[in-house]
Amino acid sequence: MINNGIIIAFTFGYLALLFAIAWFSEKASVKGRHLSNHPFIYALSLAVYCTAWTYYGSVGRASTNGMEFLTIFIGPSLIAPLWWIIMRKIIRISKIQQISSIADFISSRYGKNITLGGIVTVFSLLGIIPYISLQIKAVATSFETLRTLDATPLIEAVPFFQDTAFYLSLGLALFTILFGTRKIEATAQHEGMVMAIAFESIFKLFAFLAVGLFVTYYIFDGFSDIFTQSTAQGLDHLFLLNSGGAGTSDWFYMSVLSMMAILFLPRQFQMGVIENNNEKHLDTAMWLFPFYLLLINIFVLPIALGGLIHFPTGSVDADIFVLALPISFKQEWLALLVFLGGFSAATSMIIVSAVALSTMVSNNLVMPLLLINENFQKRYQHRLSSVLIWTRRIAILCIIITAYIYYREISAKFSLVSIGLISFVAIAQFTPAIIGGIYWKKATRVGALMGIAAGFMIWFYTLVLPTIVTSGYLPEDIMTVGPFGISILKPYALLGFESMDFVSHGLFFSLSTNLLLFATFSLLSVQSSKEHNQAVIFVDIFKYSTILDTSIVWKGQAYLPDLKSLLHNFLGESKTKSMLDDFFRKRNKNIGASEYADAELVNFAERLLSGIIGAASARIMVGSVVKEEEISMNEVLGILKETQELKLLNEKLKIKTSELKKASDKLKNLNERLLLNDELKDEFISTVTHEMKTPITSIRAFSEILLDEDLPEEERKKFLDIIIKETKRMNRLIDQVLDIEKFDSGKQKLNLIETDIRIMILQASDSVHHLFKERGIAYNINIDLPEATIELDEDRIKQVLLNLLSNALKFARGYVELNAFWQNGTIHIQVMDDGPGISDDERAFIFDKFFQAKNQTQKKPVGSGLGLAISKKIIEYHGGTINVERKDSRTVFFFTLPVHPKITLAEKANSYDA
Amino acid sequence: MMHKILIVDDEPNILLALEFLFKKEGYEVYIARDGEEAMGIIDEKHPNLVILDIMMPKVDGYEVCKHIKSLHGEIKIIFLTAKTKQSDIEKGKDLGADLYLTKPFSNKELIHKIKVLIT
Repeated sequence: MINNGIIIAFTFGYLALLFAIAWFSEKASVKGRHLSNHPFIYALSLAVYCTAWTYYGSVGRASTNGMEFLTIFIGPSLIAPLWWIIMRKIIRISKIQQISSIADFISSRYGKNITLGGIVTVFSLLGIIPYISLQIKAVATSFETLRTLDATPLIEAVPFFQDTAFYLSLGLALFTILFGTRKIEATAQHEGMVMAIAFESIFKLFAFLAVGLFVTYYIFDGFSDIFTQSTAQGLDHLFLLNSGGAGTSDWFYMSVLSMMAILFLPRQFQMGVIENNNEKHLDTAMWLFPFYLLLINIFVLPIALGGLIHFPTGSVDADIFVLALPISFKQEWLALLVFLGGFSAATSMIIVSAVALSTMVSNNLVMPLLLINENFQKRYQHRLSSVLIWTRRIAILCIIITAYIYYREISAKFSLVSIGLISFVAIAQFTPAIIGGIYWKKATRVGALMGIAAGFMIWFYTLVLPTIVTSGYLPEDIMTVGPFGISILKPYALLGFESMDFVSHGLFFSLSTNLLLFATFSLLSVQSSKEHNQAVIFVDIFKYSTILDTSIVWKGQAYLPDLKSLLHNFLGESKTKSMLDDFFRKRNKNIGASEYADAELVNFAERLLSGIIGAASARIMVGSVVKEEEISMNEVLGILKETQELKLLNEKLKIKTSELKKASDKLKNLNERLLLNDELKDEFISTVTHEMKTPITSIRAFSEILLDEDLPEEERKKFLDIIIKETKRMNRLIDQVLDIEKFDSGKQKLNLIETDIRIMILQASDSVHHLFKERGIAYNINIDLPEATIELDEDRIKQVLLNLLSNALKFARGYVELNAFWQNGTIHIQVMDDGPGISDDERAFIFDKFFQAKNQTQKKPVGSGLGLAISKKIIEYHGGTINVERKDSRTVFFFTLPVHPKITLAEKANSYDA
Repeated sequence: MMHKILIVDDEPNILLALEFLFKKEGYEVYIARDGEEAMGIIDEKHPNLVILDIMMPKVDGYEVCKHIKSLHGEIKIIFLTAKTKQSDIEKGKDLGADLYLTKPFSNKELIHKIKVLIT
């Protein structure tokens, strides 16, 4: 029959089987066959959720609370469809940020904060170690039950070295150390462990289904038989929803609680996130995992009812029904299978939890504390990787041993019925910080810290404290009348909430306070730039997946060899080289291009380290080689402002450039005009000389004739007369040139005298009258002016009049008319002739100097070519205007004289120069 | 047979002086006050030599020169002008003038050059 030896042999044999599975998987993995990278394995590994507490405890809970046990499975099943949204995001963040645990996740999100990571680690230990001890207790109890074949074993107080549970614990610790800390990267997958866990999931399901079938179809005649018998025994309240002990609100709380547990229990996070190889595995897990939960729960109620029917009330602990039923029916081999199923459920939980917790302890508690110490850093900087791995191994051992001690010293005295749920409530405290952290950018470190701390305090007060009281360490008064007699502080009935189940009560108060403080302090506090960076990355992870390294605001410099040697310490030389080569190749950068690492490379290195020692520690390590300047939000704003200012400066520069361009254009223009002026002057001089040569030519020719020839008196006189005339002509030309030069340079002065214009006009007309008569041209004068005198230079104005009249005379065919009239305070004088007129394009230049000679070889039949130019100057000096137009086939020259002309010579002169 | 000379200038006094000089030398002299008039006389009288001013009303000396060269290649041409710029001189020579003389001129020199051209 089954004896002690057989049980122990099977137990350790089972453990050996786990070792073998893990070992072979790892072997296969080295050869490139990644067995664990399969959606079914992933879904099965998630079934680490079902622990010994589920295996034995569900039946126990169903025996007292009926269907309520289902809530623990309804929650995960309900949340499973949301995995695609929540889990996928968490997985993506964790892969990209190289996150190694739930503590690391929270710490990373809130600016890679050490405090937060440490607190989460400590609270996780507080929440989970009792849970592990519960597993040990389940194993010990079931072992004892099987060994004694007694359904109600009394665990004798044997020294620990005689206690099988102790050796089992050590064996588990060994397994965990071997397969959970093989690689230094905490983010690396433990393929052997995952395969072993998946196997355990199948094994515990198989064992539980076996006992379920045995109870249902061997002891009873199927489901209907059990339920009929139960109803007959008055147990129907256990499977009817409306008559169970639990209120509907408790169902709600329990479901919500287990929803959070399935996501954030350290072992779930380990399996679901860290060990995940492919986000797509979620697709399968979303249906397969709930299906697994359904299968493992089908027989819970039948076994519970069967136990209640079979065993006299109270004679057997309902928690052990699963094992007690086969034993009482003498099915010892089945009982052994059931024991091993429970053992597998317990071990899977212990192994995965220990791995997850040890990672947290090493990466978020021990390393940050060690690394803060610079002396330590200096002394161990080349042995950090072994420090790290041994920290993790010792942590595993400590956790399991602590759990064992807890089981030995405390669990025996405590009521452990709800330890699993209490553990769930502890883990639920991380929910606001995580969910808020990935969907709310404004969630801050202070908010997370306050929320989690407050949540835990209430958790401790409402859920842990009562167990201590029950154990007799504290006076019962606290529970019955409240601490210091304050009834609203009774741990099970805060603020007078008495009707709730104590777990729901604890969950409600701890989580609502947590949430309130988290939200309030997040709104009140300000994020640092680092924190803000992380917040943005976490919330918008799907945007940042690819451009992460470059998207970080960071300033500082890292000496590349320093950074490399840091990576060597943790990754080893060859791995460092291959990672860096990969980095440079992917970014098309030259590895030797600079001896300084840029921000992108520093971030890459930090993430690599992050995966090994956790985000906060990685930051410290990288910080030690990077001359990083702490960037405050103000500095970020400063950088932005600088950019803004640079932009402004650029803008200003642009304006300046355009101004400069304008100025240079102006200068160019001026230069051109000066050149033009120069050209004009050259042209003027060349024209003047040309004009002068004409009379000189005549004078010389005739002088030579007179010199050479003996001419008759008459001819001699004629030629001499020509010489004199040509001399006069030259003199006139010289006068005119000097005149125009004076006007142009502003040196000309007007000789202003009170003049009667009417008289002046008549005098001028008189002097040309005979010329008109000679050419037979009619000449009419119309004067319509009041009798008044105005100040003007009479000679100059007369000069203008004569110039216009003589021009008219030259071109007129038969008629010339002079009109003088008064209009709008000015005197208007027109000289009209019926000549051929001036073409439109020439009209604009007619008042220019030597217009007739300009740019052409054809001479116009106009005098010196200076007359009109001088006339224009004279009129303008008087403050008037002169112009020409063609009207009714008449050429009309007209000028105006203001009655009170403001004559400012200097002003005029300037304007002409320009 | 007497050589025929056409003088083209818009300055009456210069015409007068040159006419006097050439007649005294025994040439048959024609005068024109502008380019248009000059071309008419050239086509009609076929002078041996044309004394050409450049700047004249209606048609300038260059045009008259082109006219002569295209229709009466044998007629000699002397530009007699106040334009002393090198570019003007080049242009005149390019158009095929035999001489380019500038005002004011020496009577004797002018007569001498004419004689060299037409004897």
